Amino acid sequence: MVSFTLNGEDRQFDGDPDTPLLWVIRDAEKLTGTKYGCGIAQCGACTVHVDGMTRRSCVTPISSLDGSTVTTIEGIEGPEAQAVQAAWTEIDVPQCGYCQSGQIMSAVSLLQMNPKPSDEDIDGAMAGNICRCATYQRIRQAIHNAADSMEG
Amino acid sequence: MGIHDLKTTGALRPSRRAFLTGAGLVIGMTLVPKGFAKGQDKAVIQADVQNEAARAFNAFVRIAPDSTVTILSKHIEFGQGPYTGLATLVAEELDADWSQMRVEAAPADDEVYKNLAFGLQGTGGSTAIANSYEQMRKAGATAKAMLVAAAADQWGVPTEEIVVVKGTISHKASGNRSDFGSLVEKAAEMEAPSEPALKDPADFVLIGTDRHKVDTVAKTNGTAIFTLDIEFDDMLIAVVKHPDHFGAKVKSFDDTKAREVSGVVDVKEIPQGVAVYADSTFAALKGRAALEVEWDLSEAESRSSEEIFEDYLSQIGGENELEAANQGDVATSLNQDGFTTIESTMRFPFLAHAPMEPLDAVLIRREDGSIDCYNGAQFPGQDKAAISEICEVDAANVRVNTQLAGGSFGRRAQFGSPYMREAAAVFKASGMNRPVKHLWTREDDIRGGFYRPIYVHKLKGAIDGEGNIVAWDQAIVGQSIMNKDELDSTSVEGASDSPYQIPNRRVMSVNTTLPVPILWWRSVGHTHTAFAVETFLDQLLQEAGKDPVEGRLALLPEGSRERGVLTRAAEMAGYANGSPPEGRAWGVAVHKSFSTYVAEIAEVSIGEDGGPKVHKVWCAVDCGVAVNPNVIKAQMEGGIGYGLGAILYDEITLGEEGRIVQSNFNDYRSLRISEMPDVEVAVVESSEAPTGVGEPGTPPIGPAVANAWRRLTGQPVQSLPIVPSRTAGA
Repeated sequence: MVSFTLNGEDRQFDGDPDTPLLWVIRDAEKLTGTKYGCGIAQCGACTVHVDGMTRRSCVTPISSLDGSTVTTIEGIEGPEAQAVQAAWTEIDVPQCGYCQSGQIMSAVSLLQMNPKPSDEDIDGAMAGNICRCATYQRIRQAIHNAADSMEG
Repeated sequence: MGIHDLKTTGALRPSRRAFLTGAGLVIGMTLVPKGFAKGQDKAVIQADVQNEAARAFNAFVRIAPDSTVTILSKHIEFGQGPYTGLATLVAEELDADWSQMRVEAAPADDEVYKNLAFGLQGTGGSTAIANSYEQMRKAGATAKAMLVAAAADQWGVPTEEIVVVKGTISHKASGNRSDFGSLVEKAAEMEAPSEPALKDPADFVLIGTDRHKVDTVAKTNGTAIFTLDIEFDDMLIAVVKHPDHFGAKVKSFDDTKAREVSGVVDVKEIPQGVAVYADSTFAALKGRAALEVEWDLSEAESRSSEEIFEDYLSQIGGENELEAANQGDVATSLNQDGFTTIESTMRFPFLAHAPMEPLDAVLIRREDGSIDCYNGAQFPGQDKAAISEICEVDAANVRVNTQLAGGSFGRRAQFGSPYMREAAAVFKASGMNRPVKHLWTREDDIRGGFYRPIYVHKLKGAIDGEGNIVAWDQAIVGQSIMNKDELDSTSVEGASDSPYQIPNRRVMSVNTTLPVPILWWRSVGHTHTAFAVETFLDQLLQEAGKDPVEGRLALLPEGSRERGVLTRAAEMAGYANGSPPEGRAWGVAVHKSFSTYVAEIAEVSIGEDGGPKVHKVWCAVDCGVAVNPNVIKAQMEGGIGYGLGAILYDEITLGEEGRIVQSNFNDYRSLRISEMPDVEVAVVESSEAPTGVGEPGTPPIGPAVANAWRRLTGQPVQSLPIVPSRTAGA
């Protein structure tokens, strides 16, 4: 039995301890904002926050999360999350949209650690998140816009 | 936020709605089966509740008593923007306020919802706006005429004196005013005009202006529902063990260990492989990993990509050549004394589409024996027919509920729907007693075929003593995407119809046969023809001492739209009076595809890894009337990024004995944000009928980068991807 906090609520999982967090979130907890994209931590579509840091949920066994705090796209809050989601909306970043939960989780984490990232900082923090629609230019712009909005 | 209990609802209607509120901002989108959506955000189910009383004005427009207008989109939304575009066209002629507009997917119906460019329901070929432009405007104008007729009747005033502005119907002289909703019941009964008058484009208020996309917000907060997210109580997850050779069949399998995995419910052989059914996704994956399958390779492709390339090269100039274009006397001009001739051979690899959401489908049999399918249906009628045939249920009792799809790039559009045939086979073999979600993993996707085919191009060109390009001889060898014996225009499009005025020009085509399943890939034939034509032309221009922009302009017909976009891109780059920074080069390409004209100039240096580093792309596009410049620019940006990733890094390789080499994003690279250039897009003003933008941004980027690379390094790019060594490390 693994006990963890998911979006502020206490949760237990008593299935296969090898089950990746991604499938616990989706299959057991029925939260579908977090996506499957590759299963090998290459694309970032499954990105969530574990104890405040980005984590690829597709390769994180639930057994490693006893006592951890997990936040998904459905549960993010705070000034960085608001600024990022507003900036994403303002310039219509998403195309197909499938990767965007993961992109946003990575972007929010970046701004939490670095409120004024440079292009290089953004490349470094976001290079693990693939977008096959290649919305990268707008992702970069939206992160800058979000940073600017939090400054003002 | 999954979709629970769908089976108890009997929901038979199309179930996808996007809606807007306030000042035109989108607030949500969801799958909204009737009467269910427990636990979902109230805002997300709002549209469904509101539309219970909606009246149909025609097959595309429904208006509810609360004045919301719901568009039934005959085109799937996978990021290219048709939901927003079609809603814009209707709202324009209806004179609705943008905040009234909602969108849902139309049901599968190859007649009512056919793509007017294809003759069946489907999305592809960058046709969504082009084929809908008049149809959806007429749908809006028809509904408006019916509302006006109802108002005139109710108020006892002439229709000509009634005006509609932003969702308000009014008659000045009598002082009468109404919203749409109050007149819906009466208006829906009025006779629909057969030829409603359409606006003069000069009077457009929505078309031509930047508009937020209707699906943006739901795709920013995790509430957008894709096929992967559809959830029923008691649903099985199924994955299929596929062979790693094309054309292989199951010889035998041992499922002992697979069945020992907790959660695995069943294992069944199907024509495509062996299906593992489980109560959870992880159990299904674990069960599949434990499955032992022996494959019959007797009819499988056993050659490597290298052997296929060699075979293709040997077919150039042979008896199987089909003539695609022939003017002047190519043979004589290629062998004339005093002329300079150059040659090039180019290899194009198999490419996987690799949309972010791998293929998936959810199938459920209802109590009355009918079947509902939830999937990213790009050809819904084809999907429906496949389910009907495989599951042996009359097509009238099969409903295809089109979902948002996580990309496609061509992958979800298949004649005969092989992927739906597999999903249906999985469902049928399960006994169809429980709902089944059929899921492809990324490995299934990368190794699953339906690739952009391998092509080989051989080109020869001649330049006369005065520096004029006088001869062009091109042969193209590869599989026919349309499975033709005769000339397949999709093999030669973009080459046989090249706009360059070269007096002696010949384009030949050879159709080959392989057991490797192939498919159109974002921009179809233009994926390779634009590269071959634009890089070889650039070489000829350099050989002739001509400038890449001036040289092209001199070969393009006066007044051509290619000239327009090339001139514009050159202006954006400051090409005439500027030069790239030290250590960088500019590469130029211009190409028409799907009746849209795009020029791109790329600024490139040699990157730290020894491959091209693309810093900047200036892009000019002429797609006729620009319905929504915001979406057009997004499609150019994305088309450039998608094409760039492929030409830099991507190939699917058949290795020894035909075994597929790549398997996931670790060895089938995708462009990453650190590799995305800054893209500046100009939309050329035009009053021509609108044409598509989903694909045309892609073809020019490869040759633009390759041309810059040749000028930087002296090395023409003759084999793609440009950076094959990097495919191994992401």
